[in-house]
Amino acid sequence: MRTIIGLISGVLFGAGLAVSGMLDPVRVRGFLDLFGQWDPTLAFVMGGAMLAMAIAWLIQRRMAAPVAAPAFDLPDTDPITPRLLAGAALFGVGWALGGLCPGPALAAFAINPLAAAVFTIAMMAGFAIVWAFDRPDSPRRPARV
Amino acid sequence: MMPDYAMPLQGLIGGLMIGTAAAIMLLGAGRIAGVSGLAARAIGLGGGAPRALAILFVLGLPIGAALVTLVAGPVVSRFPMSLATLAVAGLVVGVGTRLGSGCTSGHGVCGVSRLSRRSIVATLTFMLTGFVTVAVLNMVGGGW
Repeated sequence: MRTIIGLISGVLFGAGLAVSGMLDPVRVRGFLDLFGQWDPTLAFVMGGAMLAMAIAWLIQRRMAAPVAAPAFDLPDTDPITPRLLAGAALFGVGWALGGLCPGPALAAFAINPLAAAVFTIAMMAGFAIVWAFDRPDSPRRPARV
Repeated sequence: MMPDYAMPLQGLIGGLMIGTAAAIMLLGAGRIAGVSGLAARAIGLGGGAPRALAILFVLGLPIGAALVTLVAGPVVSRFPMSLATLAVAGLVVGVGTRLGSGCTSGHGVCGVSRLSRRSIVATLTFMLTGFVTVAVLNMVGGGW
């Protein structure tokens, strides 16, 4: 059941990215082009997504456990670390450079597999670099959000 | 004023779909729908979610996009940049999202709506560096 939830969530997520125009790097970069031909579409996407999730967080607070898992397993909301800031800053640079973040890159396999594969393989190399540099004897904590 | 190339309605509808997808992950599986974390988990380069959950989520993304093309017709997806640029961008995104523990979905959609301090700061940071990067690229003629 829990595994099927992953598929349902992924399919709906990917469909939402396609409907909202976020599989188009030109449009995504247009949002980041604040001083040029600014495209506000991404702000509407974030607004809609945050609205649905804000309601979900309100529901979550009243639930003892998720529907198909023994407990909620959520990342820490603090602290602000240099690592967090450096990582987010780098991500923003890469996002602007390619007009892609991880979700649209993976969903774009359905439309432009070559470009999606080039970005995704490089992204996974990036995952591997961080994974390799994180001390192997450090406790493997769940990814923090 | 809304420029004519903007798609506010499609953006809002797609955004609600993305947020509902993240809500299903949260209320169903008890986890954050953060794409970078789940993608790393899916290929064994991260901890966290049950692996099968992560793999199916990642596979679901292109399936969902494909379904939209089947139902609604072609989806615009322009890649005017060189593959080399795309590779550099991917590498930087990969390192950045793992160092920063999240991307637009985990920090932006899920974390900000949770009022997580880490996510709010991360989201403001990657938005800022994104704006600055495009502005600098435009100045040095680094458009696609």
